[in-house]
Amino acid sequence: MTKTGEILIEQVTKSYGPVNAVDNLDLTIEGGSYCCMIGPSGCGKSTLLRMIAGHETPTTGTINIGGNDVTNLRTGKRGTAMMFQSYALFPHLSLTDNVAFSLKLNKVGKAERKERGREMLDRVQLLHLADRLPSELSGGQQQRVALARALITNPQVLLLDEPLSALDEFLRLKMRVELKRLQNDLGITFVHVTHTQPEAIALADQVVVMDHGVVEQTAAPREIYDQPHSPYIARFMGGQNVISGMVDSNNAEGTVIIDEAGNHYAAKCADNLNAGDEAKFAVRRDRIRISTQADGHENALTGKVTDLEYQGTFVKVSIETWGRDEFIVHLPDDVFFDSPLENGQMVTAHWNSNQNFHLLGTNDSTGNPAEDHG
Amino acid sequence: MTSSTRGLTFYFLVSFFVLFVAFLYGPMLIIFVLSFQGQHGGLTFPMRGVSTHWFSDLFTSSRYGDLGGALSRSLILGVASMAITVVACLFAGLAFRKRFVGSGIIFYLAITSLVVPGILLGLGLGQLFQIVGIRLNWFTSGLAAHLSWTLPFGLLIMFAVLNRFDGAWEEAARDAGASHWQTLKLVTIPILFPGLIAVSLFGFTLSYDEMPRSLLTVGADNTLPIEIANMTSNVTTPALYAIGTVTSFISFAVIGLAFLAIMVIQKRRA
Repeated sequence: MTKTGEILIEQVTKSYGPVNAVDNLDLTIEGGSYCCMIGPSGCGKSTLLRMIAGHETPTTGTINIGGNDVTNLRTGKRGTAMMFQSYALFPHLSLTDNVAFSLKLNKVGKAERKERGREMLDRVQLLHLADRLPSELSGGQQQRVALARALITNPQVLLLDEPLSALDEFLRLKMRVELKRLQNDLGITFVHVTHTQPEAIALADQVVVMDHGVVEQTAAPREIYDQPHSPYIARFMGGQNVISGMVDSNNAEGTVIIDEAGNHYAAKCADNLNAGDEAKFAVRRDRIRISTQADGHENALTGKVTDLEYQGTFVKVSIETWGRDEFIVHLPDDVFFDSPLENGQMVTAHWNSNQNFHLLGTNDSTGNPAEDHG
Repeated sequence: MTSSTRGLTFYFLVSFFVLFVAFLYGPMLIIFVLSFQGQHGGLTFPMRGVSTHWFSDLFTSSRYGDLGGALSRSLILGVASMAITVVACLFAGLAFRKRFVGSGIIFYLAITSLVVPGILLGLGLGQLFQIVGIRLNWFTSGLAAHLSWTLPFGLLIMFAVLNRFDGAWEEAARDAGASHWQTLKLVTIPILFPGLIAVSLFGFTLSYDEMPRSLLTVGADNTLPIEIANMTSNVTTPALYAIGTVTSFISFAVIGLAFLAIMVIQKRRA
């Protein structure tokens, strides 16, 4: 049985000339869940959202919402409502008329329209501005109106296209909480496109990470963050170091990997890896400790400190390595200030071998510089 | 602000723009003043008294040909050009947003047609109508000539207007369940309305005082600019100035109304 608000995307491709913005994509979004789609610009996340909304039609493939094939159904008739990045409030209509716009289309009487429009505005705490025009509102208020306008149609699915990107940091965090609360209250499916990793992780029940028109990994936020499928996911979601090397031995006791600099690492890799194969694994930045003596740690690498950045609860330490990836360690502030480091100092980073997570996926692209969000 | 912060440059620029405006409105002002020439006054200064004699002379005397007819023809042409221009340019502008194949070439061709000398265009248009077998008439070939002038201009303004139009408004309307027609009626046209008034204004005024394209296309009955041009060689009284004042007043009234409408709409939205 299909649940209300469940979205089934099957083999969907969207081509613009020779370019496939979305490429033979399969995805299931559970009804009543909060789903965040994330990826670098041009990865196809917005195109996918617009196809779910009906603003674009797939070149091939089908989209099914709540058990109905809506692939070619008109937008506005498929149980979805969209909140636009620019909010797209109608500048010539009062807030009440903006919110009640869809009621007018459905030939609802003027008095009822007004009443229901005002009710909805009350829900987003803007009733006192009901007769104002959108241009008289702040960004955060405009966003609430856009939300009210979308929700008045009682959609099964609310589609949000980078809804928080136009707000300042303070408002963004505030609205983030409100969105999550609203989704909990309404129990409908939210599909939220974002390019901000912390936003996706904080909000979502299900995170969909995209790259080049395909879904690279979809899972709960903790799994995405902790057990990335590929080097791309590890780098893009942030908080990880990606190390690559050659398999030296692989047996029941574990895998030994040697990197270009000759460092040895112990990990638990897939059984089908043989000696001589290339292997990549991820280590969380906050699970690494730093020592000033290069003593015999099992998982360790030595390098020069190139940058120190104080982040409040932790200090971000960058270490120069052989590979293309920066090696970054997040040291808790108390640990760091017990024995502070200096730029240019030679240090050894070491960690427990059970922190090494083998990356099965082959997508090795760098994604966006995600360090800032680490 | 103290005078020390306003250097020589400031006064130079102010003087320049005072001269600039005087240059623009001076000639009109002279005609305006002379149109109130006394009954026994002539075409030049000095004024021999002040009267409205030449205005009443204009509307009662038969010396000036079919001035009333020319005025009404010009007004009808102006309104017709305005209506066709605003509708055609709205839909052309909306079509051009789709970036169809060849849209760039069509746009540049439309704009380039503005530099074709009007008199030549009128000549060609007259020939075309005769080849097709339609008699030259102010409302057929004349209207066509006016549209050849107002449509490209209107399109140019429409492009500027649409530049500030966010396509997401239309998508939001469709998302709420609006059909294409409902979107156009309830969202696109109301939002574009001030811009459409500007297009209408240009449509009317460009047609109202158009002459080169009209000369060879209006057939037997003249429009007002042609009639006035003829008067300058026949009429030797200040009635000539009176007609200038009257037509200028009509133009200003139309522009004033248009600006008022835009201001009222903008104020309601601001």
